[in-house]
Order: sequence, then structure tokens, then C-alpha cells
Amino acid sequence: MNHYKELTVQGFWKNNPAVVQLLGLCPLLAVTGTVVNGLGLGLATTLVLLGSNITVSLVRNFVPNEIRIPIFVMVIATFVTMVELIMHAFTFELYLALGIFIPLIVTNCAIIGRAEAYASKNPVHFAAFDGLAMGLGFTMILVVLGGMRELLGFGTLFDGAELLLGEWATSLRIEVYTTDANFLLAILPPGAFLGMGLLIAAKNIIDDVIEKRAQQSQQKVVQRARVTGTDL
Amino acid sequence: MSKLSVGSSPHHHNQRDTGAVMRLVMYACIPGILMQTWFFGVGVLIQIALCMVTAVVTEALIVELRKKNTERVIKDSSAALAGLLLGISIPPLAPWWIAVIGSFFAIALVKQVYGGLGFNMFNPAMAAYIMLLISFPVQMTAWLPPVSLTEQSFTFIDALNTVFTGFTTDGYSIEQLRVGYDGLSMATPLDHLKTQLIEGYTVGEALSSPIMSGNWGLGWTPVALAYLAGGLLLLKLRVINWHIPVSMIGAAMATSFVLFAADSSVYGSPAFHLINGSLIVGAFFIATDPVSAATTNRGRLIFGAAIGFWIIVIRTWGNYPDAVAFAVVLMNMAVPLIDYYTRPRTYGHKAKTSSIHNNEEP
Repeated sequence: MNHYKELTVQGFWKNNPAVVQLLGLCPLLAVTGTVVNGLGLGLATTLVLLGSNITVSLVRNFVPNEIRIPIFVMVIATFVTMVELIMHAFTFELYLALGIFIPLIVTNCAIIGRAEAYASKNPVHFAAFDGLAMGLGFTMILVVLGGMRELLGFGTLFDGAELLLGEWATSLRIEVYTTDANFLLAILPPGAFLGMGLLIAAKNIIDDVIEKRAQQSQQKVVQRARVTGTDL
Repeated sequence: MSKLSVGSSPHHHNQRDTGAVMRLVMYACIPGILMQTWFFGVGVLIQIALCMVTAVVTEALIVELRKKNTERVIKDSSAALAGLLLGISIPPLAPWWIAVIGSFFAIALVKQVYGGLGFNMFNPAMAAYIMLLISFPVQMTAWLPPVSLTEQSFTFIDALNTVFTGFTTDGYSIEQLRVGYDGLSMATPLDHLKTQLIEGYTVGEALSSPIMSGNWGLGWTPVALAYLAGGLLLLKLRVINWHIPVSMIGAAMATSFVLFAADSSVYGSPAFHLINGSLIVGAFFIATDPVSAATTNRGRLIFGAAIGFWIIVIRTWGNYPDAVAFAVVLMNMAVPLIDYYTRPRTYGHKAKTSSIHNNEEP
């Protein structure tokens, strides 16, 4: 159980594919114009990651070391094709909105990175959980970045949620403010880079604060020990 | 002669600190700002004030957050100067949030994120200007025609109202204010030339419009010349070196001359490019930023010349009418490379020789 907790922390925070490993930046920067686009691509990536991790882990003892990379890529490509066909069938408009970036999930280094670094060396249940945690961690950053850019660029949140979740989700759309002068930079690629930089900075600040707190609490313990030592 | 009569140390050194230099640059802008206000109305002053206040407040806030000496940082006046340079680049009656967003971006994201004054890679005012131009193209290109050509006259209160609410006290919008006496919306000379060329006119035909008399852009040329006066003053006071302005203007003239000589009906003349748009203010006030420009004299010549070249290229084939901001920020990126290859010879060392040459020596 403890290992699952560790995998979760790694996927969502300490080793997050997006803000720590900085893998899969191309789709990350390209499709996060809105929350829904980010969520759609994030979930697709998570599905692929889950499937490829399980498969790679299952075949890890049969795959010759020399040709493991082509095999991993073929496994990933299979799952990407499946996800692509599923999205084509059930969320057609989102499929159109994400365009080339769904097939390009194949080239997302985060996926082959997990296959190589974790799934090919660990049993199936751990590999599956790792794929899930990493995928959801990636999705989390896609959604946050998409939210930032959508809020600044269009003044809305969850615009077009019905593309992903069905008709009822139309009511999810939140109009935070209206403007006739959209902040175009946030929607354009430079805005994605700036937003990404700010997210990484925010993560580093939080890490710093946590580390300082940990150090302080440690120091306090040490001081008390000395005080009691001299008193006695 | 004076070089020979230098006494022995200790020397009385120049007391000019960073703050003094920055303030001198601001004072040197005054003639240009006055001329700009004369031709384009008090909106110019409102934008400059908005930008400077926002820039200084942002700088103070962020320096406070970074737990640095706020008073010292504010006193070096660099934030105020960045605000001023951004303020003169914004159309006079642009909405107030343009100035606020731009100044905040300049100080917070272009300057302080990199570590504050001295560490910023890009010129804050120009990076912010590009950000604004890309994000809000409509508001950022709504330049008014010179006051003498406008149909609606407007007062200080009108300008203030337009900046903050979008309408004058009489209810005119900025689009209505932009209409000249002949009922046509007015553009800047560079903008005008660009649209006319796209519509199939020649340069000669484009230049015979009410805002132009030959190469002389009404309003714009006097403003450029006033900034030239301020720039020459800065040169005289040795606040800036001659290398960047001279090489930048020289390269721009050379590039535009080559194009003009090739086909004078499609490309503007060197004189047109010199006295219209922001080439002069860019050469003296913007490209000479000591932080983001190249640091050696040879490097400055290369830096300036490349900016001049890019200005003409982007003006001619780019989507936007003027190009000083793009060219400056583009070359800011190249500064580390330029500095690397133009390192001066250190005293006592031989001039750098190629490794092949070294191998040939016994």
C-alpha cells in the first residue's frame, strides 16, 4: 500500500511529467487553450499511458533488450490508435478540436519514458498504477494551464464542456467576465510558455516553503534536546 | 592632450549613479514628449503618467515580495524610465488597462522575473509593447491623426474620459475621433504606406495624402526630430555611446537605400524611413538600454547594425507597420552570442589567434 502512495506522490507532484520532467511539452503547450481541450488530451494521454504501461509490464520478460524501444513504440502506437478511434466515435467535435495532437500522443516522451523507466522493470499492478498516477498528474497540469489561459484569453471556464461530457455539461460553462478585447497573448503559443513558466515557478516556491518548514521543525526538536540536556 | 595631463590617483570620479543616468534619459525625452503632446493631444501625457505609476508600483511590490531593499531599487528610476518609454509608444487615447497591463508585464515578467535591473535579457518596455501589440492589435494601432487634422477637437477632460471610459464627454468614441476632416480614418505614415501599397498604389501616390507632404509626415517627423535633439544631448553628456545609434541608423539607411534603388515605387526612400515611425527614438533611447544591449563597442556596432537591418526588413515585409520593438527584442536574444564573439583583448595578452596558427608554431 505504501508503494501506491509513493507512486501517487511521484505522479502528481515530485516527478510530475509536465512540470518536473518537462516531457510532452508539445501537446501541453499547443492544446491548452481551454480547460476542456486540456482535459480531453489529458484523459486520452492517461488512457494510453495506462494501457501501454500494463502491456509493457506484461511482456517485460519476453522482450529482447536490444529491440525494446521499437516494441514499446508499437505498443504505444496501438493504444493511441485505439484512443483516436474511440474519440472519433464518441467525442467527434473534441476530436476535431484536438486535431493532429491525438495521433501525436505517440511521440509524447512522457509515455515512452514511463515504459522504459518504470513499466519494463516492475510488476503489472504497480505499472498500471504508475501509468494512472502519471497520466492524471499530466492531466492536472493540462487542466490548470488550460484554465489560466482560458480565463485570461476568453474570460470563461469549461467552455465547450459538452464536447467531452455530453449535452448536460453545457451548463458547466462559467462566464467570469466579458470583454470585447480578448487577451490574445494568453491564447497564442507565447502565452502557453509564459503560463508554463509561472506554473513551474509556483511549484518551486511551494517546494521551497515545504522544505523550509521541515527544516525549522527539525531545528526546533534539536534545540529542545539541548535545552533539556543543559538543564539536567 | 588632456590624456597626457591625468594626475596621479586618487581620482575624483564621476558621481553619476544609475539613478542619475536614468533620470538624464528621462529628461532627454522631454522635447520629444512635448512635441508629441502638441501634435497628438494630452492623451500622451496621461498614458505616460499611467505607465510610470504602474511600473513604479509594480516594481515596489515585487521588490518587497523578493525581500530586497525597496527604497534603493525605486531610487534607481529604472522602472520609471521603462514606464515612460512604454507610455510614449502607446496610442494617446488607448484604454487605461492597456497601459496598466503593459507596465505590469514589463516590470513583473520581463524585468523582475529575471532578477531585476541588470539581469533582464530583454528590453522591458519593448517586450511589453510587443505583448500589447500582439494581444490588443485594435487598441494598439488606434493612433489619432495630428490635432490639426482632426474633425473633433478635444480637451484634457475629453482625453481623460476617453482613456478611462472609451468616450469623450460629448460621447464620441475613439473611432470617431480618428476620422480626419476628409472623412477618412487616419493612420500613421508607416501604416498608411503599408495599406496603400497593399491596395496597389505606388509609394509616390501613397505619399500624397493629407498626413504626408513628400517624405515629411505631418506630426510624426517633428516628433522624431525632437527625440533626435534629446538623443544628441544624451550623446553630448556621454550617457550613451555613439556606436548603437550610428550603426543602427546607418544600417537602416543602407538597407532601405538598396531596396529603394531596386524599385522606388514599392519601397519607401531612406529619408522616409528615417523621419517617420520610431527609428530615431529607438536608436537613441531604446536600443541603447545598457542592460539588454551588447556591452563591447564592437558588439554595439554589430548589435545596432543588425537592429537597423531588421527594422527595414520587418517594416517592408512584416505584418505590422513599424518594427523597432520587434527588431530590438530579436537582437536582445542575440546579445549573449555577440558579446561572446566580441570579447576585447585583455591587457597583456596577445590578440586571439586561430588554433591552426598556433599549431604551425614550433
